[in-house]
Amino acid sequence: MGLDYNIPEFIIERDQDRCIDCQVCQHQCANQVHAYDQDLEKMVAQDIDCVNCHRCVTLCPTNALIIRENPSEYKKNKNWTGNMIENIQKQAATGGILLTGMGNPTAKKIYWDHILLNASQVTNPSIDPLREPMELKTFLGRKPDQIEFDDNGELKDLPPQLELDIPIMFGAMSFGSISINACKSLAKAASDLGLMYNTGEGGLHQDLYQYGQRTIVQVASGRFGVHNEYLNAGAAVEIKVGQGAKPGIGGHLPGEKVGAEVSKTRMIPKGSDALSPAPHHDIYSIEDLRQLIYALKEATDYKKPVSVKIAAVHNVAAIASGIASAGADIIAIDGYRGGTGAAPTMIRDNVGIPVELALAAVDDRLRQEGLRKNVSLVVSGSIRNSADIVKAVALGADAVYIASAALISLGCHMCQKCYTGKCNWGIATQRPELVKRLNPEVGAQRVKNLITGWSHEIKEILGGMGINALESLRGNRLMLRGIDLTEKELEILGIKHAGK
Amino acid sequence: MKGSRAEEKIMSGCAISGILNRKGNRFSGEEIIDSIALMHERSNGLGGGFAAYGIYPEFKEQYAIHMFYDDLDAKEEVEYFLNRHFNIAVAEKIPTREVDKISNPPIIWRYFAMPNEQKLSEFGLADDEYVAQSVMNINANYRGAFVVSSGKNMGVFKGVGYPEDIGDFYKLEEYEAYLWTAHGRFPTNTPGWWGGAHPFTLLDWSIVHNGEISSYGANKRYLEMFGYKCTMQTDTEAITYLFDLMLRKHKLSLESAVKAVAAPLWSEIERMEPKEKKIATAIRTIYGNALLNGPFSIILGHKDGFLALNDRIKLRPLVVAEDEERTYVASEESAIREICSEPEKVWTPRGGEPVIGLLEGREEVWA
Repeated sequence: MGLDYNIPEFIIERDQDRCIDCQVCQHQCANQVHAYDQDLEKMVAQDIDCVNCHRCVTLCPTNALIIRENPSEYKKNKNWTGNMIENIQKQAATGGILLTGMGNPTAKKIYWDHILLNASQVTNPSIDPLREPMELKTFLGRKPDQIEFDDNGELKDLPPQLELDIPIMFGAMSFGSISINACKSLAKAASDLGLMYNTGEGGLHQDLYQYGQRTIVQVASGRFGVHNEYLNAGAAVEIKVGQGAKPGIGGHLPGEKVGAEVSKTRMIPKGSDALSPAPHHDIYSIEDLRQLIYALKEATDYKKPVSVKIAAVHNVAAIASGIASAGADIIAIDGYRGGTGAAPTMIRDNVGIPVELALAAVDDRLRQEGLRKNVSLVVSGSIRNSADIVKAVALGADAVYIASAALISLGCHMCQKCYTGKCNWGIATQRPELVKRLNPEVGAQRVKNLITGWSHEIKEILGGMGINALESLRGNRLMLRGIDLTEKELEILGIKHAGK
Repeated sequence: MKGSRAEEKIMSGCAISGILNRKGNRFSGEEIIDSIALMHERSNGLGGGFAAYGIYPEFKEQYAIHMFYDDLDAKEEVEYFLNRHFNIAVAEKIPTREVDKISNPPIIWRYFAMPNEQKLSEFGLADDEYVAQSVMNINANYRGAFVVSSGKNMGVFKGVGYPEDIGDFYKLEEYEAYLWTAHGRFPTNTPGWWGGAHPFTLLDWSIVHNGEISSYGANKRYLEMFGYKCTMQTDTEAITYLFDLMLRKHKLSLESAVKAVAAPLWSEIERMEPKEKKIATAIRTIYGNALLNGPFSIILGHKDGFLALNDRIKLRPLVVAEDEERTYVASEESAIREICSEPEKVWTPRGGEPVIGLLEGREEVWA
């Protein structure tokens, strides 16, 4: 093919005075960037292969390594940026689709950062969560309009509910896209914290059945690993229609990631590509969705809530309303910043809408139709911190899914190369020597620490608002103000501008 | 100018007081005025009001609709609506007297009326629902008109001023009720709107309220899903509607409704007996958005008695006392001692602990 026109994205600077030639960086790098040169008698690096995952930087015992963005600059051009040029070079060399991992990194407006929270002063005392009770408990599932008693005065059972001690769940990430140790870390953390985690479309590994009560089992278009035992192993079932990072397209787990365990769990031959079709081929309409919802309810004896996950797209409000009336108990909406193990870059960066706007629109529509009190609403894509969660709940969400944040707590450094299968942190990989780097006990503890920290922060924020139970924040948009937003944006979000 | 409705949520602090004669014996408005007047410092002259139950025995089967009008045009428009939808037995000005400190009152009128039978069957509604919808229609859609109260054999008298002056203005010494509640208001901003004073009402429900509800935004949007229109930008209106929803429409027991608005903590629910626990959990699951959060003490008046309630961590004062025939409730004990110097029993209810005062023989007749 001749000359590779691409230049290294990152430059590795090694302080030779510090380097002791211990070769830790070499052993740690699955991208084979570092090597010991016998002739030169020193460590050298192939910059072009570096993904900037910081594994070597973090583990270097003498802090000898610094990784920088390549400072070489293209001639200034607001239209033909370096990134645009490099993408074209890559495609000219390969003829392929541009592939990427994790969520949309582009500089489009992040609405969370344009929303400010309220606090009490004088007329209403703020509440100190260290001294007073502060309740975050949340129930997801279909609620009746009103409480009902039978003729004997006995309470009629409510439809099945998921009980969350904190309104956070770990979003769908399949075994296959992430390692078994990452799955175990999340499942254990969810169990210990009283949350839920989601299997994604990867089936349920035998080792994970023990966490069933804290598991949402997903049914997606490939139906990988879906069988009766699987459906009944979890506490809820989620139909995945779409994903924020790649609305409208399916998924592709390359054959090299399909080892013995993934093969067995997904019920596909070892080494075969796992292709999830773009649509469910039994859902071509809303009435088809209704049939699948009820098929799954039948299969689980109406004992588990059924969630439907969609990507935030232009007419998301109408779609969500249709899903609610089709019988879903929970609607999950994934925004265009949502993460992924692999997605075409053009899709990830250009398809879908921000989850903040989608959430506001969906919550409004469901309220107009009187459905919001019956159906639960979960959002994701992307929730980066506890303040985002508070804002999401005030806009109208019952709970959030976090996925990228959970992976970051496990060690992910957002290099966005999940699709290569060479995750040096043992997360997005199936290579045994990499997987074992992530100790599930340690991983679970790190995730638990993160969520514990966030829950303290949420309690502090609620207390500041003079609220001591999360349900009083839910949909309470009076607690929000916008900053640097247009009238139209404020109208869609249903909030006032700061100062009003 | 009669003032205008607020465009944003009004925050206010306040004094509240209530007296129930449990035997149903009626007494004049003088004592409730004395009681609320003692707490003068808790209000700032921007709102006072009274609810009185049992005052219209001669019309006790009729809905007593108290109205404020900004001008005669508003009155004419609403009367056109009322005439089409109700059979009006009496329409009259509510008697008032000149009081120095009360200025610019609206046109204050009352009607004793029953729903028009033909319309009622046309809409297929029960009497109460028909009246409730009419009230919300007037409040939402008729500029310059405001329904002050709409229950049977009860009425609300309120306005801009200190409560004792409002009582004087309405000649409350001439009315006799078995249950009186009163309110003195201390809003932090100054919309001098008569409709914004307490009590707020719907049908037989009346609420006087001291506090601010931090959950208002959530409560309001929840109520809207059931067709309620919160047009007055106050917490108190939302509280009234929440009780109407749960007690009248959903037929919850008073105890259950309390478990929704001042929900027991999850840690308390954990310790409950299995059956009670199941009910409390179901109520919090279904009625989570009905939870009233933030500091409040309220007196919910009703034809059968009252419910007094604090927020669940008791951020506002509330004292209760009893003597042989009466139950008293007020923001401060002094306001009770002022009219009953030696009550048999005085206590301070805990946060979230309901105090229910009922007419004798009416234990189960709420809603």
